Amino acid sequence: MSHIEAEKSAIDERTEAGVPETAAKPRSGLSEFWYYFSQNKGAVIGLVIFLIIVAIAVFAPLLAPHAPTIQNRDALLIPPMWEEGGRSAYILGTDPVGRDVLSRLMYGARFSLFIGVVVVILSVSSGVLLGLVAGFFRGWIDTVIMRVMDVILAFPSLLLALVLVAILGPGLTNAMIAIALVLQPHFVRLTRASVLAESEREYVTSARVVGASRLRLMFVTILPNCLAPLIVQATLSFSNAILDAAALGFLGMGAQPPTPEWGTMLAEAREFILRAWWVVTFPGLAILITVLAINLMGDGLRDALDPKLKRS
Amino acid sequence: MSELVLQGTDLHRHYEVKRGAFSSPATVKALNGVSFSLEAGKTLAVVGESGCGKSTLARLVTMIETPTEGELKIDGIPVTGPTAELRRKVQIIFQNPYGSLNPRQKIGAILEEPLKINTSDDSATRRRKAHEMLARVGLRAEHYERYPHMFSGGQRQRIAIARALMLNPKILVLDEPVSALDVSIQAQVLNILMDLQDELGLAYLFISHDLSVVRHIADDIMVMYLGKPVEFGTAERVFSDPQHPYTAALLSATPMADPERQKERIPLTGELPSPLNPPPGCPFNPRCWRAEDKCRREMPPLMPVEGRDAACFFPLSMEKSVAA
Repeated sequence: MSHIEAEKSAIDERTEAGVPETAAKPRSGLSEFWYYFSQNKGAVIGLVIFLIIVAIAVFAPLLAPHAPTIQNRDALLIPPMWEEGGRSAYILGTDPVGRDVLSRLMYGARFSLFIGVVVVILSVSSGVLLGLVAGFFRGWIDTVIMRVMDVILAFPSLLLALVLVAILGPGLTNAMIAIALVLQPHFVRLTRASVLAESEREYVTSARVVGASRLRLMFVTILPNCLAPLIVQATLSFSNAILDAAALGFLGMGAQPPTPEWGTMLAEAREFILRAWWVVTFPGLAILITVLAINLMGDGLRDALDPKLKRS
Repeated sequence: MSELVLQGTDLHRHYEVKRGAFSSPATVKALNGVSFSLEAGKTLAVVGESGCGKSTLARLVTMIETPTEGELKIDGIPVTGPTAELRRKVQIIFQNPYGSLNPRQKIGAILEEPLKINTSDDSATRRRKAHEMLARVGLRAEHYERYPHMFSGGQRQRIAIARALMLNPKILVLDEPVSALDVSIQAQVLNILMDLQDELGLAYLFISHDLSVVRHIADDIMVMYLGKPVEFGTAERVFSDPQHPYTAALLSATPMADPERQKERIPLTGELPSPLNPPPGCPFNPRCWRAEDKCRREMPPLMPVEGRDAACFFPLSMEKSVAA
């Protein structure tokens, strides 16, 4: 730091005292985001794993050694290749009808990620919108929205999803719609609570005095300040969605049998849990790793998006 | 210099308060007949303890709320609702500098938002104006790219002042602008405010409970008690020779940096009465040591006493024995 610069910062108040000049240099949006995100090692690991899973899902036809639904009558319940009796052609073994577990897991990543993404997008967008309207306008509109959400929350989530799928008809699309509907009240409540708290803050009044329109107040002034808990909830919902879809599949209401969906695979292998550990372990591990990676990533995302946690 | 920029006539603001499903709603008279006027380049200080209606007055003047009764004129225009034209004339600065800046916006965006909403300036013009304003309140150009949490309380309050001035307002409502700051920073912010007033001819509506700050900055003073002004006059007169017993009690409670001048402290007993159920007569009578039967029956009007207005049947200049 040169003399002149030192003098300049001495004039300023004490907060600046220890800040090196490099930190003061403004970063563009994305590089700034990455800088703070990469401070969190867990988040980076989560992101890497998540990207690997995405890559596997996208390139499943190229990577998978077998087709996911081809049955091999000569290879029923073959253990993984490193176990006694394993074959090198089936790295993670085969299931009771002779399908390759590894290939099915690779294709299954597509379904699980797809379910997670669609459900989270559906429930977050509708939930945030409803919560924002309820918290911002208050009054009867708030009462109506929140009582409807209470009704949805009053039912056990899986039961409600089950009823919805029973009405709509079994299948992956309907299962996703049902799960999104069941998860959505959490977003409504979370958004409403944050909006209520933020609306009282003085910067909102200040924006009002300046003449900000209602839409601007809602979406530009208030909503960005409510995002941190929503991001965490969204990542949790992502994993919830995968698990719920699996549960629906298990009950015969979700993805239908030949589909290599992880939850359905888990459910199909239930009866072999004692004599063929691999048929349940690997789909379970796949779900665990995916959910863990997404949660880690969500944590880092929250840290990177919250300016209060940034070091200047 | 005697251009009248703000004029309130008999302003009332009442709130309906629900008291459960079975009792009728009660009315809180947060503001109960306040009249005042403010000239360009002058400072009107509104003082009083919490709950006396100071902040309600601020909300009326900034058009966040509309008066239940009475007329408010800004720059000669009667206020009927918040129009864009009126908005540009009145801005507000809040007490808490940690809550008044949007934590998600950079300083640049905070400063430019008023222009973005109210003017057709392009982004380069807005940027230039924001930089000019930063310099004016004593901040550096690189602060433009920072977030509010990177600043100290005093710096934030200067940013809040800068934002309020972006639209070239005529009136600035200062809602306890320095009471959340260190004493050393208070003087700094007050001096900036006074310099800006000289430079731009701003009118200040200065709301405070800190009388030593008010003494420093105010031209006129309005002392409020339970939604009503009890004394209204020039700062000099009110400070040197208070007439209403409440003003006298408030002034006697201000600490003096002079150990030689031992002042008689007037202790007030009791609490501010509930605005839901104000006492009959003068609202101050339950706590007043000069109260007589008349005070408990009738409401004293604001009348001229010793060169200012005071709402008291027995102002301090009048000997009690003579009055009785």
